[in-house]
Amino acid sequence: MKNILKYTFAVLAVGFVSCEPEFDTPVTEQGFYTSGSADLSKYVSVGNSLTAGYADGALYKMGQEHSFPNIMAQQFAFAGGGDFSQPLMNDNLGGLLMGGTQIAENRFVLAVDANGNPGPVRLEGAPTTDITNKLTGPFNNVGVPGAKSFHLVAPGYGNLAGVANGAANPYYVRFASSDNATVLEDATSQSYTFFSLWIGNNDILSYATSGGVGVDQTGNFDPTTYGGNDITDPNVFASVYSQQVEALTANGAKGVLVNIPEVTSLPYFTTVPTQSIPLDAATAGALNAQFGAYNTQVLPGLVQMGVISPEEAALRMVNFSEGVNFPIMTDDDLTDLTDILQGAPFSLPAELAALLGQLRQVNNDDLVVLTASSVLGSTPDPNNPQGVVGVSIPLADQYVLAKSEQDRVTAASVAYNATIEALANSKGLAFVDARAALSRLANGGLPYDGGVLTSAFVTGGAFSLDGVHPSPRGYAYTANLIIDAINNTYDATIPIVNVGDYPTVMATNN
Amino acid sequence: MKKVLVLAAFVLASAVTYAGGYRVSLQGNKSLAMGHTGVAVVNNSEAVFFNPAALVYSENKFSVAVGVHGVFSNIAYQNTETGANARSDSPMGTPFYAYASYQATDWLAFGLGVYTPYGSTVEYEDDWSGSHLVNNIDLAAIYVQPTVSVKVNDKLSFGGGPIYVTGSVNFNRNLNRTLTDLDGNRSNVTIDASGVNSWGWVASTMFNVTDNLHIGATYRSEIILEAEEGTAEFENIPNSPLTPFENTGITASMPLPAEMTVGMSYSFCEKWMFAFDFNRTFWSVYESLDIDFENPAIPDSKNARNYKNSSVYRFGMQYEATKMFTLRAGYYFDETPVRPGYFAPETPRNDSNNFTAGLTVNLGERLQIDASFLYSHFKEVNASYDYYFENGQAVPFKGTYKTNAFVPGLGLTYKL
Repeated sequence: MKNILKYTFAVLAVGFVSCEPEFDTPVTEQGFYTSGSADLSKYVSVGNSLTAGYADGALYKMGQEHSFPNIMAQQFAFAGGGDFSQPLMNDNLGGLLMGGTQIAENRFVLAVDANGNPGPVRLEGAPTTDITNKLTGPFNNVGVPGAKSFHLVAPGYGNLAGVANGAANPYYVRFASSDNATVLEDATSQSYTFFSLWIGNNDILSYATSGGVGVDQTGNFDPTTYGGNDITDPNVFASVYSQQVEALTANGAKGVLVNIPEVTSLPYFTTVPTQSIPLDAATAGALNAQFGAYNTQVLPGLVQMGVISPEEAALRMVNFSEGVNFPIMTDDDLTDLTDILQGAPFSLPAELAALLGQLRQVNNDDLVVLTASSVLGSTPDPNNPQGVVGVSIPLADQYVLAKSEQDRVTAASVAYNATIEALANSKGLAFVDARAALSRLANGGLPYDGGVLTSAFVTGGAFSLDGVHPSPRGYAYTANLIIDAINNTYDATIPIVNVGDYPTVMATNN
Repeated sequence: MKKVLVLAAFVLASAVTYAGGYRVSLQGNKSLAMGHTGVAVVNNSEAVFFNPAALVYSENKFSVAVGVHGVFSNIAYQNTETGANARSDSPMGTPFYAYASYQATDWLAFGLGVYTPYGSTVEYEDDWSGSHLVNNIDLAAIYVQPTVSVKVNDKLSFGGGPIYVTGSVNFNRNLNRTLTDLDGNRSNVTIDASGVNSWGWVASTMFNVTDNLHIGATYRSEIILEAEEGTAEFENIPNSPLTPFENTGITASMPLPAEMTVGMSYSFCEKWMFAFDFNRTFWSVYESLDIDFENPAIPDSKNARNYKNSSVYRFGMQYEATKMFTLRAGYYFDETPVRPGYFAPETPRNDSNNFTAGLTVNLGERLQIDASFLYSHFKEVNASYDYYFENGQAVPFKGTYKTNAFVPGLGLTYKL
């Protein structure tokens, strides 16, 4: 009798452990979510830093885990998706080494300074990712930070020997299948069933983030002659982009194309105000006295001589007042007056002529970039307290994206987007309007369960501390947009993620 | 017998909730087999808990009953919007009881009981989608209750005594949905308090309407466990003045609510008995779980619960099949004390239907083996907890829950 009881009890005990409650329709059951007419079993993602999961001014492990393709792949797993591999960095610092020498900086963190003010600083520490340590692929995620459209089809872009002269990309060197491989081939050589392509952002972004110091190469069809900060010709973009879409769809795979957002809505361009120089009445008056003759005699004189137009003269007037003022800046789109001002009738000393040569004040049509915040109001020469950037020293052109420069960026991106949308339509691919999405973030924001996601720097939640790349929460929002487009196009029911479950900026003091 | 000893070794482990809130109604194998009825059952070796007033009517001079239950409770969670899903991985809970009673005179009896009416052990996988509410919790309370029972006459008796409680709690959750250290490890806090002691009391009455019909009532007082020397241990906190979390002391209080039980039992056809109990648990005392951190830089943790008083309806049958075997079966309906919008995953309890069965094996005149089994069935429920806040904004935690519990139990009764 006792034995029977003992036995019964033991069997019951074992049995109940496995007696789990079951839902009527479990989300983990095959068929609860569907991929519609798409096959998600092997997904490859092709693109630039956005696809790689770059954030906070670096590529680091945690950021890569929050890349939009990785977030999507985890949701794809509910609807038949398979494993998703990424060329993960070695650490969470994010800096890059080449043969032991650091060639890319660590990530930003939000540090609180001695006065209690939080701001982005580079995280300290010795990075451990050396690009000479090649990873063995292939990887599902072939996003390469810094890549422009034509780089994806450029042989040698992953050749270590080309890093020093800029022909190769250190991030791609880490995982390129061979020295002559292209990013596109490393994607298409896999037996994928689904792809995403988001490329073209850097074709305008580096021009914009460098304050328009590059060249708008529209009309130049040879990208091998382009500088790093140039705008890619829209025909070059259209040509390489359609080549990429052709290659990616050649095996019959379905996919999604994402267009190029208006980069000037990024916090990198919207955080630093155009008026940033506080002056009292006395200082403003003294400055105006110095510029008085320039405004009233030199500029009208130049117009009379036919050297500059009346419009340019108006743009070049310098005026300060009590309160917060527009800083002075150098604008390389202005007529260079350095030589003329040294000659008759002005006969200005060389130093002053050089200062006034391409000088104007920032105005409300300009965008001052994020990195200007550490320069504006500073005194670069500690022995000259009068040498204040924005007041007596012009802000360099690289810190200001002028209206004319913004127009070039917009024109190029509009042209790229026309190509992207047309190809999505003609190929029957899902299409994501990232431009409209960023516009929503920048104009009112997107409500989520923990507040409103906006493009405001640090506090808005959508962007990381470099002001250009999304935060994990921003990437999660991106992933949801793309999932929505896939669901619509392919009649799928892939679940979205809750963006509130994803972090924003990381507060840490070194 | 060995099995009993093995199980007894688990007694130091804590109890697991399977009833409304964190009430664990497993205070006797005989009674549980009858739907955990017993307030109006005379000659009940578990009467120290169910109705001390009944002790004085016992047929035995001396009686000891000990037992233990193995609680296998499971929680499944899913959110169909995101696909998030989780299953609890709670260890087996082992609530136990030990009762002794002694008939001093015809009108006076004494008793002593040790039992575990409140407790909860729930473990989710760390960092699951509700980890900002709970990763794991282990709550235990042991009641020690000396009892006296006085007979007024053959129809009416009274009983009662003080209750000494010693309790402990260990609770871990992530600080919020997203905070991590530099390597992505989630920031979390463990609240620990043990040796938290308090006092309460129990009072009861028994009325024998006829030899076969009995009515009983028991009231067990509310006991508030005040943890004043608890600790909060923070883990994976970023090095920033913006996240000023560091280990500190805590104070917190946890109510063990009062419970009123009334019921009747009726014996018929010699070998049959029917019993009905009605419990009212005064859960409304559990308004909020507040944790007060000693370090003033750390904001206190307020977790609204807003429980409501709840009722349990219990039905049991007993059949003395042979001299050796007594068979029992029962059913009870357990109302949840949790209001809509307050459904927190640390005690995800909706209304439950509970089915019980068991038997006693008489090994001679003095020794009995009592076995019981309980299956708790909870309907699948869509629920949310709406009182978690981030930056002042309520962030509901929603989903579908499906829970169940299987509770085998084994006990011994020795009578003189």
